[in-house]
Amino acid sequence: MQLWLIPILPLAGFFINGVFGRRFSKSLVSTVAVGSVVLAFAWALRVILALGDLNSAYTEHYFTWIQSGFVNIGCDMAVDRLTVVMLMVVTGIGSLIHIYAIGYMAHEHGPNFGGFYRFFAYLNLFMFFMLTLVLAANFLLLFVGWEGVGLCSYLLIGFYFDKKFATNAGNKAFIVNRIGDFGFSLAIFLIMVNFKSLDFATVFQQAPGASEATLTTIGLLLLVGACGKSAQLPLYVWLPDAMAGPTPVSALIHAATMVTAGVYMCARSWPIYVHAPEAMHAIALIGIATAFFAATIGLAQNDIKKVFAYSTVSQLGYMFVGVGCGAFSAGIYHLMTHAFFKALLFLGSGSVIHALSGEQDLRNMGGLRTKIPWTFWTMLCAALAISGFPFTSGFFSKDAILIAAHGYAPWMFWLGVVTAGMTAFYVFRAMFLAFFGTYRGREHPHESPPVMYLPLVVLAALSLGGGFIKIPVFLDKFFPTGEVPEDSTLMAISVAFGLGGIALAYLMYVLKPSMADSFADSVKGLYTLVYNKYFVDEIYDAAVVRPVVGGSRAVLWKTVDAGFIDGMVNGVGTLSRGVGDVLRRMQSGNIRSYASWVLLGCVTVIGAVLFFLGGVR
Amino acid sequence: MDQHLLSIILFTPLAGLLVLVLLPSKSKDLIRIWANLASFAGFLISLPLLSRFQTGASGFQFEEKFDWIPTLGAHYHIGIDGISLLLVMLTTLMGFIATLVSWSGIQDRLKEYYAMFLLLQTGMLGVFLSLDFFLFYIFWELVLVPMYFIIGIWGGPRKLYAAIKFFLYTLAGSVLMLLGILTLYFQHATQFGTYSFEISDLMRTNLPLSMQQLVFWAFFLGFAIKVPMFPFHTWLPDAHVEAPTAGSVILAAVLLKMGTYGFLRFSLPLLPNASADRTIVQILAVLSIIGIIYGALVCLMQQDWKKLVAYSSVSHLGFCTLGIFSLTPNGIAGSVIQQINHGISTGMLFMVIGVIYERRHTRLISEYGGLAHVMPKFAIIFAIAMLSSAGLPLLNGFVGEFTILQGAFEANRAWAAFAVTGVILGAAYLLWLYQRTMLGQVTNGKNLTLHDMSFREVAMFLPLVAWAVWIGVYPKPYFDILQRPVAEIVERVHPGYFNGVLAQMPRPLSPGGAK
Repeated sequence: MQLWLIPILPLAGFFINGVFGRRFSKSLVSTVAVGSVVLAFAWALRVILALGDLNSAYTEHYFTWIQSGFVNIGCDMAVDRLTVVMLMVVTGIGSLIHIYAIGYMAHEHGPNFGGFYRFFAYLNLFMFFMLTLVLAANFLLLFVGWEGVGLCSYLLIGFYFDKKFATNAGNKAFIVNRIGDFGFSLAIFLIMVNFKSLDFATVFQQAPGASEATLTTIGLLLLVGACGKSAQLPLYVWLPDAMAGPTPVSALIHAATMVTAGVYMCARSWPIYVHAPEAMHAIALIGIATAFFAATIGLAQNDIKKVFAYSTVSQLGYMFVGVGCGAFSAGIYHLMTHAFFKALLFLGSGSVIHALSGEQDLRNMGGLRTKIPWTFWTMLCAALAISGFPFTSGFFSKDAILIAAHGYAPWMFWLGVVTAGMTAFYVFRAMFLAFFGTYRGREHPHESPPVMYLPLVVLAALSLGGGFIKIPVFLDKFFPTGEVPEDSTLMAISVAFGLGGIALAYLMYVLKPSMADSFADSVKGLYTLVYNKYFVDEIYDAAVVRPVVGGSRAVLWKTVDAGFIDGMVNGVGTLSRGVGDVLRRMQSGNIRSYASWVLLGCVTVIGAVLFFLGGVR
Repeated sequence: MDQHLLSIILFTPLAGLLVLVLLPSKSKDLIRIWANLASFAGFLISLPLLSRFQTGASGFQFEEKFDWIPTLGAHYHIGIDGISLLLVMLTTLMGFIATLVSWSGIQDRLKEYYAMFLLLQTGMLGVFLSLDFFLFYIFWELVLVPMYFIIGIWGGPRKLYAAIKFFLYTLAGSVLMLLGILTLYFQHATQFGTYSFEISDLMRTNLPLSMQQLVFWAFFLGFAIKVPMFPFHTWLPDAHVEAPTAGSVILAAVLLKMGTYGFLRFSLPLLPNASADRTIVQILAVLSIIGIIYGALVCLMQQDWKKLVAYSSVSHLGFCTLGIFSLTPNGIAGSVIQQINHGISTGMLFMVIGVIYERRHTRLISEYGGLAHVMPKFAIIFAIAMLSSAGLPLLNGFVGEFTILQGAFEANRAWAAFAVTGVILGAAYLLWLYQRTMLGQVTNGKNLTLHDMSFREVAMFLPLVAWAVWIGVYPKPYFDILQRPVAEIVERVHPGYFNGVLAQMPRPLSPGGAK
């Protein structure tokens, strides 16, 4: 079925734009970039339709990649039902965001060498790696995609590379992800040693035969990798900073696709996790803690993109809860609906930022509802979906997770519900601050062009109706646990919390705008703590970054290297100063004298050998 | 031609040197062109090896053997297996590129300079080709001399200090190594009654473990200083910083590999019991891991662009030695591939520095910043070099690191866990370097008028970029070439290793190279 075409198409786009883009017009660059992704979407669709019900995985082998000892890793790609969901999300949302980016980046020149084509080349490269990640049939090829999307994330976060904060954020993202990869790579080695293979099919088939301790270790190590990529505690710190990239990047990479790779990887490895209950417990715990923790930070952010960034961290936490509770399909369900509404929220805020010529601070917005109506109405759909408003997409998927959490541990359900309330509150807080009240900024808002708001309309439709794509039914046979039973009481509770959050936001930011400030004043200490994101960045800096950097300088380099080792060496060197003088004289620059030195060296060696020979005889 | 192919490869640079000597010193362009032609010929003549080498055949190929000094039992005996094939190809290609790199960088004493390079080229090839310990030792020492002069004459401000340090350090190591060789030699003579420096003869010598250990440590000093392994590395940063660009490129890309090659060709096969000795393996693995982490940490702190890349070599070579002393097929095959990779990546990084140094004559990182604005082509090349060094998948570094770490993991899980931190730190110091030099605003006015890379400058990177992608995407031919020699080494150190592994295997797999 030529699965390889799906990732290769965007790669071709990357090469064409990367090599010739400088000479291309903007319309040609965007045609190549968007065209390649849309074609990838079309090909993926064709493949999926042709493969039928896909009750078992369809695999293609291309060539042997690494073969050494018992290590035999192929360049293999596979499609099964889980891949189908991911393929559709990645290529579908990817196409929409590429189209949107044509409008968003139209005025973008970037710092020197062609912002526009460079942007689209990177974006296409990202699609290549993301599709490789999704289609990979073994852990190492998945890791290729995994690292590759990390690279593109680094390149795109630092897209405005003349800005220090942007390049800092890029470095941070890459390095924190590498810390996660520490766990992932050890997991790969452990899998290899235990199963003598990295192919999903082989490993998962043999997983039940391995010891629980081994599977738990593998599961926990994979989780470390997933925490890095999917921005979970304690490695979430890179994602909020990643908002330094252009907004389409935030939507595509840092909301809809790349950051969900950790969830995908854990769900993909379900045969390992079902035999490692402790590892699953760890997933659920990290997920619920992250969901709650990030939501609290989201309450107090003033940068519209930062609000949604923390919201992404929090929503990814929900997906981990789903996976950790054994409701794998619910986690993937939420992965998909989240891709719809969070991509929309980001693209919408991009449209707001575009309208206000770069303004991102919610305090300088207000009253935009009438000025940019397309943006407002579409974003409202996404806001309702993320708040779990009945029958929107988020309602179905979040409830599936929460009900599973209730079955797993009731306290997780309650914490999840409280988080849902906070989510509704901070999203609508942002909505009300941006679109209601009176306009507080100086720029003249203008609605975005159709090329930008049409993708918003499509995403709005998906945010509202996407819940009816019943992923748990589609993945029913793929994952061990079937559909989550419906429970109308629990459902009602979570809806109530969501509506309550919206109502509270309406009260505090529309009806009585002074209330928010006075409330913040009344809990000043707590507010400062949350406003400053619990000072986690500062703590990491003081506890990890500074000791490593300072220690390397003072102890390793200055003391051990320059002081101790070289001190001894130089001592020897001083002794042999005489030798040095002789050597210096050898630099006559005369080729014959060099040759004679070489000869002399040979003679010395031969002499030494003869000497020893004589001694023996 | 096949019978003497290796000799032709070995002496082509020397022949080039002989003609070079006859050229008039005044006509600089003629000297340049001739030197480049000679080293290019050296590369071309090595290409037939690739097609004629028989992958999977056991033992050595293209062997040539003549008595040289019969009374000593010294032979002119050369030949290659998969390991030396790859290193020979690396040497001929890097030798050519290093000559090309020197085109505009070197302006005085051209003739001597190129003569030194051609001599160095023959010396390095000899090291990788020799199958006789006496011959090996001559080439080993021969390499020292031209390198000493390249650093000492065409180097930077502290060139004398660096050159003498390099010379004394490596000389000290080689002298001890010589003692080790002679011990083996006389042991062989007492057991067999004939004197021979032949490696295959010496391999038959029956040495008690204690004697093997002694010889091992003697070899160790010689090889570890060359690699260099922690704590014998402090000559390297100085040598690199002071050496001219091409000197650094060759030093990093090829010269250091003489140490790792020494371990593979001599320490392991000649002293199998000592090499498999638990204590010795522990010590070497721990030193390797210290080198990996220590080198990377020290990189973080460097203010000097070139010193940073020099310390990164300590870290990368740590991976290579760790792979060797994991004593597993994966570790050793990965190590050889990583040796090639390090030649490519670090070679490129030093060339990147050379490009910028020729323009600004400073290597201080703080002098730069925002170069991507003025030198976009340079920014792309540097980015590729950086990513290949940082081990990004689909580029060369990843394949080597992955296989080494897999091998290390099989030997000892803790080793792999510690070594992986080197991968994290590797990303950190490289990205930070890139940020400080290439990104941000142009802060230094002197950088505003820099011109981007010329055609020649881009051209000298292209073969290396292509090689990096090839190894990253399709490394199978390399693993195929290495499978047999690596299996032989492992079998020698751990007799019966493959039977043990075979018993655990879920599906049949032949270790011996037969498909």
